Amino acid sequence: MKLDCRHVWEHISEYIDNTVDATLREDIERHLEHCEICSAILDSTRNILVLTADDRTFELPVGYSERLHERLAKELEQDSKKE
Amino acid sequence: MRTTETNEAGLIARILAGEKELFHELIRPYERMVYLTLFSIVKHQTEAEDGAQEALISGYRHLSSFRGDAKFSTWLVRIAINEGRKRLRKAKRAAEESIEEQAETHEGDFTPAPLTDWREIPLEALERKELREALRSAVAELPDIYRQVFALRDLEELSVEETAQALGITTGAVKVRLHRARMMLQKRLVPFLKTTAPTRRGFFGRAL
Repeated sequence: MKLDCRHVWEHISEYIDNTVDATLREDIERHLEHCEICSAILDSTRNILVLTADDRTFELPVGYSERLHERLAKELEQDSKKE
Repeated sequence: MRTTETNEAGLIARILAGEKELFHELIRPYERMVYLTLFSIVKHQTEAEDGAQEALISGYRHLSSFRGDAKFSTWLVRIAINEGRKRLRKAKRAAEESIEEQAETHEGDFTPAPLTDWREIPLEALERKELREALRSAVAELPDIYRQVFALRDLEELSVEETAQALGITTGAVKVRLHRARMMLQKRLVPFLKTTAPTRRGFFGRAL
């Protein structure tokens, strides 16, 4: 089936997650081969996802882990006293 | 080699039997996830950190109620989500935009933005600090229901099923919200991505 751009956009997220069925996947790929606009949208969306998963984009507060484990240690200690 | 789950089940059994110190080890792989879950809800660093501590302490106190029907990570995320929502309510920030009451609308434009004169973004551009900042604010500005799905799926890398379980919504809703969140981000970041595209090249790859 020949897809138009809008149809490709509707499935772009599932295409990235590899959850479209084989036929649709082929149709999308055939469309991407000749459509620069959709290829660019796909690339830019993928890049955003790569950047999102990069630990440096969403960083933890400095000292987060130390403070967390200190707090847990106190909780564990109190819990032991109760027994 | 034992799987993570078997390891975890073993750790949990030992903690419940009295080796409490092992709780530190049990939650270490999920510290980041719990913080990010809280942050995606309360959108405030100190509040998210306090919430993450509370959520993990709550996880410790209720560990005996973990039945193993869901993954331990999903169970923790669910506790984190509840903690975040509790904090939102307390801050009365939720008064007008209750997470539970928000539903998808069929209005609005969830199509991506076409790029003209697009060239593949060079890896160096992705290294730029400004791009990270732009992405952080774009994510913060997403409507709650979209941001939470996006955070669990694309930031914390939970599966569609785990995300659905954690948020108590259907897998269909996860897919729809994720798609919309991604398209909204793409649209928001396009102007930025465009400026980071390399200089235009003429025929045969010669720089103009």
